[in-house]
Amino acid sequence: MLYFSKPKVLIIYSILFVLSFFSLLNLNTFNNHIPFSKKINLGLDLQGGSYLLLEVDTKPVIKRKLQNKLIALRKTLKDENINYSNLNIQNQNIIIQISTSNIELFEKFFLNKENNINTYYDNYKSFELNYSIEDDFVTIKYSKYGLIEIKNSSLDQSLEIVRKRIDEIGTKEPTIIKRGSDRILIELPGIDDPNRIKKLLGQTASLSFRLVSTSEDDFGSELLSVDNSEEKIKISKRVLLSGDNLVNARAAIDNRSGQVIVNFTLDRSGAKKFARVTTNNVGKRLAIILDKKVISSPQISESIIGGSGQITGNFTFQTATDLALLLRSGALPAPLKILEERTVGPDLGEDSIKSGSLSLVIGFILVIFYMFFKYKFLGFIANIALIGNLVLLMGILTILEATLTLPGIAGIILTVGMAVDANVLIFERIKEEAKTEKSLIHAFSMGYKKAQTAVLDANITTLISAIILFFLGSGPVKGFAVTLGLGILTTLFSAYFLARHLSSIYVMRNKDKKVVL
Amino acid sequence: MSDSNKLIKFSNSYKKLNIFSFLLIIFSLLILLLKGLNFGVDFKGGTLIEIRTVDSVRISDLRDAFVNMNLGDVTVKKFGKKNDYLVKIEKKSTDENFISEINETLSSKVGSEVNFRRVESVGPKVSNELLKDGLLAITLSLAAMLFYIWIRFEWQFSLGAIIAIVHDVIITLGMFSLLSYEINLSIVAAVLTIVGYSMNDTVVIFDRIRENLKKYSKISIGEISNISTNETLSRTLITSVTTLLALSSIYIFGGAILKGFSFAMILGVIIGTYSSIFIATPILNYTKVSQKTILKDDLENN
Repeated sequence: MLYFSKPKVLIIYSILFVLSFFSLLNLNTFNNHIPFSKKINLGLDLQGGSYLLLEVDTKPVIKRKLQNKLIALRKTLKDENINYSNLNIQNQNIIIQISTSNIELFEKFFLNKENNINTYYDNYKSFELNYSIEDDFVTIKYSKYGLIEIKNSSLDQSLEIVRKRIDEIGTKEPTIIKRGSDRILIELPGIDDPNRIKKLLGQTASLSFRLVSTSEDDFGSELLSVDNSEEKIKISKRVLLSGDNLVNARAAIDNRSGQVIVNFTLDRSGAKKFARVTTNNVGKRLAIILDKKVISSPQISESIIGGSGQITGNFTFQTATDLALLLRSGALPAPLKILEERTVGPDLGEDSIKSGSLSLVIGFILVIFYMFFKYKFLGFIANIALIGNLVLLMGILTILEATLTLPGIAGIILTVGMAVDANVLIFERIKEEAKTEKSLIHAFSMGYKKAQTAVLDANITTLISAIILFFLGSGPVKGFAVTLGLGILTTLFSAYFLARHLSSIYVMRNKDKKVVL
Repeated sequence: MSDSNKLIKFSNSYKKLNIFSFLLIIFSLLILLLKGLNFGVDFKGGTLIEIRTVDSVRISDLRDAFVNMNLGDVTVKKFGKKNDYLVKIEKKSTDENFISEINETLSSKVGSEVNFRRVESVGPKVSNELLKDGLLAITLSLAAMLFYIWIRFEWQFSLGAIIAIVHDVIITLGMFSLLSYEINLSIVAAVLTIVGYSMNDTVVIFDRIRENLKKYSKISIGEISNISTNETLSRTLITSVTTLLALSSIYIFGGAILKGFSFAMILGVIIGTYSSIFIATPILNYTKVSQKTILKDDLENN
C-alpha cells in the first residue's frame, strides 16, 4: 500500500498542480488577459440579484384559439354542406348541434387528416381536437396533444419576448430558461429592485388601434377604462390595426409641446392599413389601447400616410421608455404569473460572503490545530492533505465554473470537518496495527489497507445524500450538494493519494526507528 | 484484542439508553403532532422580507405599521444585527407592485428609511412542490442508504442503521418543533446531510463488527460490539469533534441565514454519533447476529 511508482507520483502531483492553478485563477483580477479565464460564479444569494419563476397562463390562449376555431368552423361547415345550429363556446368546449342525419358527414370531415380545422399531428399520431357526441350535440375540445402544442408554442414565444424585454433593459448576464412545460426561470444578477422588470413582464402588451364608438348602440363596442384615471370610454370592438404591424417604437420629446411621446413606425402593410383608416375616419377619435386600457384617444385631424405616428399620453420619460420597450418587444401570447420571487440586495450578499469566508477560515484553523494537537506529525500530513483537498475542490469548482452559494460555502466548511475523517480512520488503524506490528512500514501498509473499506463505505453514504440533494434540491441548496459531493471526491483523492504518498515518504525516511505514534 | 479491562462496557447501558431514546422519540412525535413544525415561506407560501432600518426603530412600531397594512398574519422578528428584522407575511399577492408598496408605506410610517435586504415570495403552487420534493428527497435518501447497507452488509445491519437514522431525524425535527425553529429548504439539506453523517458513523462501527465477527468465533455479539465500538471510539470522537468545530464556526460566524442550518447539523451530528453507538449497534444484539450471519454470505459469494 505504500509503494508509488514514479509515473503515479507524477500524475498525482500534476493533478494537484493543475487544479491549484485553476483555484488560483479566482484570485486573479486581470482575468480577461488569460486565454482560458475561468472563475467560480457567485450565486444570487452572494452577489445579490433577483430570481423569478414565471408561469405562462395558457387559458386565455386556449380561449382565443377556440374562438378562431369557432369562426373557421362556421364557414367550413357551411362549405361542406353540414347543417348545424347553436354553435357556441362553453368552458373551453365548442358545442354544435348537428342533426343526426348530418353527424356522419361531420365525422367524416372532422377525422379527415387533411381537413383545415382539426390538424393531425404526425409526431403524436393524434388530432389537435377531440370530439364527443351526445344526442345531436357535438362537443369539441382540445386533445391532450393539442394542449401540449399550445403550451409549447406559448412557452417558446413567451420566452422569446421575455428575453427581448430583459435584454432591452440591459441587465448583465441574465439567465432566462424554460422550466417544465409552462414555466420560465429568470435569474438577474446584480438587480437590486426587480420591480421594473416585474412590471414589464407583468404586461402582455397587446396593442390595438380602435375607433371611439359614437353610436348609442352598445352592440359591437365595449367600455374600457382610461389609463391612470377613473374615466371610461366606449370603444368599438373592431381592431383596425394591432401591434403586430409595429416595427419600431421610441420615446421622444415633442418639439412643439415639450410633452413626452412615443414615436412608432409600422411595417408596409401596417402603413397601408393605417393610411386607409385615418383617411376614412378624419374627424373621429382613434383610441390606442394597451392591454384593455386606453392610453390615449386623439382626434384624427388628417390622414397619416408615412407609416409612422406618435402616441401622446400622460407619460413621464420613464413610462414612455417602458411603453416603447414593450411595443418593440411585441406582445406576449399569454399573461405571465409570478410563482416565486427571491431577491437579495447587494449589501446582504456582501455580508454573506464576509461571514461565509470568516467562518470558513476559522473552522479551517480550528480543525488544523486540533489535528496537530491529536496526531503531532501525522496531523501535519493530514493537514497538508486538508489544504490539498481545499485546493482541489476550488480547482474543480473553477473548471466547472460552478456557482457558489451561501449553503455551498457551508458545504465546503462541512467538507473541511469531514475530510479529515478519512485520514483519522486510517491513522487510528495504523496506531492499532502499530501495537502488534514491529515494523513501521508494515503498520502503515496494513493501516491503509484495512481502513479502505470503512473509508469507502463512509464516504459513499454521504455521496448518496449529496447526489439526491443535487437532483431534488433547488437553487442555493443545489450549491450545497455540489460542494459537499465534490468535497467527498477530493477527500478520497487527498487521503488515498496525497496523504498516503506523504506517509510513505515519512515511513521510508524513518524505517529504522522504533514505532512511536 | 485490546486489554478487556480497559474496554468501556457500552453494552451495559444499551437497555437504559434505548428506553431513554424510545421516550425521546415518543416525546418528539407528540410535539410534532401537537405543536407541528414552523414551516417557512418555502413550504407554506407567503412573503419573507429581511429589513434593515437606517435609524433605529422600535419593533412594536414596525409591527403596528404592518398590522395597519392588512396583510393578514404578519410576524416581525429581530434578525442578526441591530436594526435588522425578519418579516414574514402570510398573504400571497400576485400583484407586481406588492413589495414596493409595502416598502413605501413602511418607510413613511416608522419614520426611518427602510431597506429591503432580501425578499422571498413563494406562491402556493411552488411551496407545495418544494414540500413534496423535500419529503421525496428525504425518503429517497433513506431508501438509498437502506439499499446500500443491504448490499454491503446483512439485513440486521440494515435494520440497525435505518432505525438509527429514523431516530436521528425524528429527534432533530422534534427539537425544531419544540424550539419553534423555522423549517426551510436549507433545513431539508441539513437533514439529508445528517442522514449521510449518521450513516457514515454507523457504517464505520459496523465494518469493524463484521471484521471482528470473522476474527473471533467464540465471543458473543455483545462483547464483539463492545470491542468494536471501543476500537473505533477514538475515530468516532475525533471526527465528531472536527465536524462540530467546523459547524460551530458556521453557527457563530456564518451570519443569521446559516444559523438554522448549522444548528440542525450540530444537533444531528451529536445525535447521530450517539445513535450509531447506542441504537444501531444494539440492534445487532437484539437480532442475534453471529459469525454464521457473516460467513453465510461469504460462502454464497465464493
